[in-house]
Amino acid sequence: MKIKTFSYDQLDTFVHRLSGLSKLICFLLLTTAIMVTYDIRIIAGIMVLSFTIMKISKIPLSRIRLMLVYVFIFLAFNFVLTYLFAPEYGVEIYGTRHEIFSFGGRYTVTLEQLFYQVTKFSKYLSVIPLGIIFILTTNPSEFASSLNRIGISYKICTSLALTLRYFPDVADDYNQIALAQQARGIEMSAKASVMQRLKRMASILIPLIMTTMERIETIANAMDLRGFGKHKKRTWYAAKPLNRSDYLSILVCVVILGVSLFVRFRINHGIYWNPFI
Amino acid sequence: MKTNFSTRTIVATGLGAAVFLVLFMYVKVPSPVPETNLQIAYGISSFFAAVFGPLAGFLVAFVGHALSDFISYGSPWWSWVVASGISALITGFCSKKVAPAVEEGVFGKSELISFILWVVIGNAAAWIVAAPVLDIVMYKEPVQLVFAQGGVAFVLDAIVSCVIGGILLKAYASTKTGRGTLSKDN
Amino acid sequence: MKEPVIVFDHFGFQYFEQSEPTLHDINLVIHKGEKVLIAGPSGSGKSTLGSCINGLNPFAHKGTITGSLKVGGMETKDASLFKLSAVTGTVLQDSDGQFIGLSTGEDIAFALENDLIPQPEMKERVSKIAGLVGMSNFIAQNPHELSGGQKQRVSLAGVMVEDAEVLLFDEPLANLDPKTGRTAIELIDEIADENRAVIIIEHRLEDVLHRPVDRIIVMNDGRIIADDTPDRILASGILPGCGIREPLYLTAVRYAGIPVTEEDRPASLETFRTDLFRSRLQSWYEEHPVRKEKPAGRDMLEIRDISFSYDGKRQVLDQISTVIREGEMMSIVGRNGAGKTTLASVLCGFIKPDKGSVLMYGEDLSKYSISERAGYIGIVMQNPNQMISKTMIFDEVALGLRIRGVPENEVTERVHDVLRVCGLYQFRSWPISALSFGQKKRVTIASILVLNPKILILDEPTAGQDYRHYSEIMEFLKKLNENGQTIILITHDMHLMLEYTERALVMSEGKLVTDQKAYQVLCDRELTERTNLRETSLFDLAEKCGISDPEGFVECFIQYDREVRGNED
Repeated sequence: MKIKTFSYDQLDTFVHRLSGLSKLICFLLLTTAIMVTYDIRIIAGIMVLSFTIMKISKIPLSRIRLMLVYVFIFLAFNFVLTYLFAPEYGVEIYGTRHEIFSFGGRYTVTLEQLFYQVTKFSKYLSVIPLGIIFILTTNPSEFASSLNRIGISYKICTSLALTLRYFPDVADDYNQIALAQQARGIEMSAKASVMQRLKRMASILIPLIMTTMERIETIANAMDLRGFGKHKKRTWYAAKPLNRSDYLSILVCVVILGVSLFVRFRINHGIYWNPFI
Repeated sequence: MKTNFSTRTIVATGLGAAVFLVLFMYVKVPSPVPETNLQIAYGISSFFAAVFGPLAGFLVAFVGHALSDFISYGSPWWSWVVASGISALITGFCSKKVAPAVEEGVFGKSELISFILWVVIGNAAAWIVAAPVLDIVMYKEPVQLVFAQGGVAFVLDAIVSCVIGGILLKAYASTKTGRGTLSKDN
Repeated sequence: MKEPVIVFDHFGFQYFEQSEPTLHDINLVIHKGEKVLIAGPSGSGKSTLGSCINGLNPFAHKGTITGSLKVGGMETKDASLFKLSAVTGTVLQDSDGQFIGLSTGEDIAFALENDLIPQPEMKERVSKIAGLVGMSNFIAQNPHELSGGQKQRVSLAGVMVEDAEVLLFDEPLANLDPKTGRTAIELIDEIADENRAVIIIEHRLEDVLHRPVDRIIVMNDGRIIADDTPDRILASGILPGCGIREPLYLTAVRYAGIPVTEEDRPASLETFRTDLFRSRLQSWYEEHPVRKEKPAGRDMLEIRDISFSYDGKRQVLDQISTVIREGEMMSIVGRNGAGKTTLASVLCGFIKPDKGSVLMYGEDLSKYSISERAGYIGIVMQNPNQMISKTMIFDEVALGLRIRGVPENEVTERVHDVLRVCGLYQFRSWPISALSFGQKKRVTIASILVLNPKILILDEPTAGQDYRHYSEIMEFLKKLNENGQTIILITHDMHLMLEYTERALVMSEGKLVTDQKAYQVLCDRELTERTNLRETSLFDLAEKCGISDPEGFVECFIQYDREVRGNED
């Protein structure tokens, strides 16, 4: 494990040129548009859009392969669990029942359940590229300034910037400490009881927390000495001003959210789109 | 909630979230429940909540969990991210009692009880109430599924928070005892 | 006389949590345009003094002030941290802790951001200052891409951007390799001008004096005990008594029994009037012939053709081969990032080399797990807090044995034995928090020694320690070594390497550049230049005095010095 920094790629594409602020707003608008709907037509539309933007921002597949694997495992797990816990949920939602076949007992496969689960699956899948795009095309320091501009206190934004700044250092510390403690014999063997495992874990965490507390003192001193918190506001070196394409992007996303809401309240009269009646 | 968010607290919040993030992403200890892991990171968020207060605790868990989701899955599962934050936020209510004591080098029975009490309340509120309800409201997940998941998460996370958080608080307090009137043994 | 910018008047300071004042009756005036070195052992109050100037005391660390301290005309106790930190720019010793921004540019701009400077002006000022410290080409770099020296330049730029009247450097050399440290001192010298005062807090006197300072202020036990020109302070010989090391060339001259006066200009080897005593130094050298050293032990550990790379591109270790012998105390030296620590990680089995093997008495160690390997090679990390996970000393040392399932009565016996060896036996029931840094270090050494490793590796055992603690730790290690423990030290401290290790492996860019006697390394100007080390001033002294065999002179000094130290305890 050798982490340099947050995996931000410095390329020059339309998406990279957008300000972090507008990307953040677009991300929130689009994920909200997905969140408020269970209409597979809208979901499919946003999914196409997400993958198109990913293409535009030239994110190579190799860069996100691992992420996709995780997501698939997670979604597949959710898919199976959903079925195991609520095999009749689709029927309950759509009010009709088209049985395809039965495993016996309460486990019947219905068209409604399948439709519900496929919709849900694509719903989650469709926002994944958005998050990936946001993370890979936004300069982390610009991100903190963006949050500040949407109204979050600069102190919280600074603490977030510190998380991004010191994450690789902490990962390094953890690694070193874990190895040194392993050398003394602390291993996470499967044979040990839960309590024992936690206690062993604690003997890695205690040194990690103590070195982190030392670091906190130093950083706090360094910040105090350079006038942190002097005023109620603060300017940002890394902030990027908004231009026309920023406003345009935000506008497009507002329209998409509008469509999603319109369909929900005016056309479907509810969160689900029901093709069965 | 603390009105004066001192520089030290801000830095602690930022670094706490970094520690949370590292553990959340890389450190999984298998739990007795099949297919689940003990999320050691919750021990970290409860430690920071107890020492630096509810808001710091909330941010440590919320930011750490959200960033971890961003990095591993591309997009956060907001309902659980919020729930993580809530568990640490409520745990932070013990800081009024625990934080000053720990800084003086004391982490005794009454501090431990207060800590455990708020950890349990916090985790119950987060995993038995907030996470399932948000899952249903935001994501329309099936009711039985989310409550079953929430129940498991409550038990595991509360145990991790109490044990790891407790051990860390005890250890941190012990570094705060200065040179007393110790005598050498020969 | 120039304008005074810092005026201490019967000043005292006591931290809230302490029962005694840390500073007593300080009277000191520092003027604009002055460059002052504050020296003293740890615990002398020199850092506290610095924190009183920049406002951390009493505003971030509470305490009570007696007397008066005026900085930039302000009475500090009535000012605020913001006001004081605007007058005094502080460069802290931990350049990673001070590098707050995600990139060079942001970090330099940090103070400006807090001061609500608009972005265009900020960019302009940042690029100007970055040019001044030679970091113009690294504005967009993140801290993980920069070396220690570069990070320190950024820290310096970050405080200069505010146009402070006082620049305060708190142990600027602590984490730098010798050559980078030298460059840092040169940079500090360049930025010093008529309009500001420069204060350097350091105990590494010889390195600071690489460039002239106007005054040295010596502190001990919370008081100023001397405040004078470098020549006078060095000639007076008060430094060793306060736990501060004199420049090595001066120690050599004193060993030769040559009296030193202010007129000899001892503050720098360049000005030092060696012509007045060169023949006496020569004859001292001739009177002290170099003895034959003890024969080398049996071959123990063989490192065979080790290569390693994190990313498959840059070789962090490139075909390293060497042999470690029984009973050796040797050092691995080189600049930060040369691959020293990675090599240690390979030896301990923390990382698997891409190529090559590590053999102990001919047995390949790769078959052992990390914890089994600890029975052969043990490592002690730089910061004791990175290792300590128990509250009590006994438990900490016993941890490794208990986890291996050793019966409790044997645990007690072995722990007591090792505590006796480490001089901690009488403290065995103490909490670790009550120990000093050096004692904590010994606890971590004990916790590794208890597993009986054949080889003990220590990573920067004396980093950040003053001369007294340095000697204390090193003499302890020397005693361990004399009892037969094989020891490898990873360091960039040239004194340590010269004084305590026979043999040095010099690494650079992942390669083993040389493997020879420590003093020979430090007498090879071409080699030291190439590997970011620095030749010892003893060598320069010998050359300047026309000694025909300067290398022999250095070796002679080292032997003599070891005898003197050995007689001290």
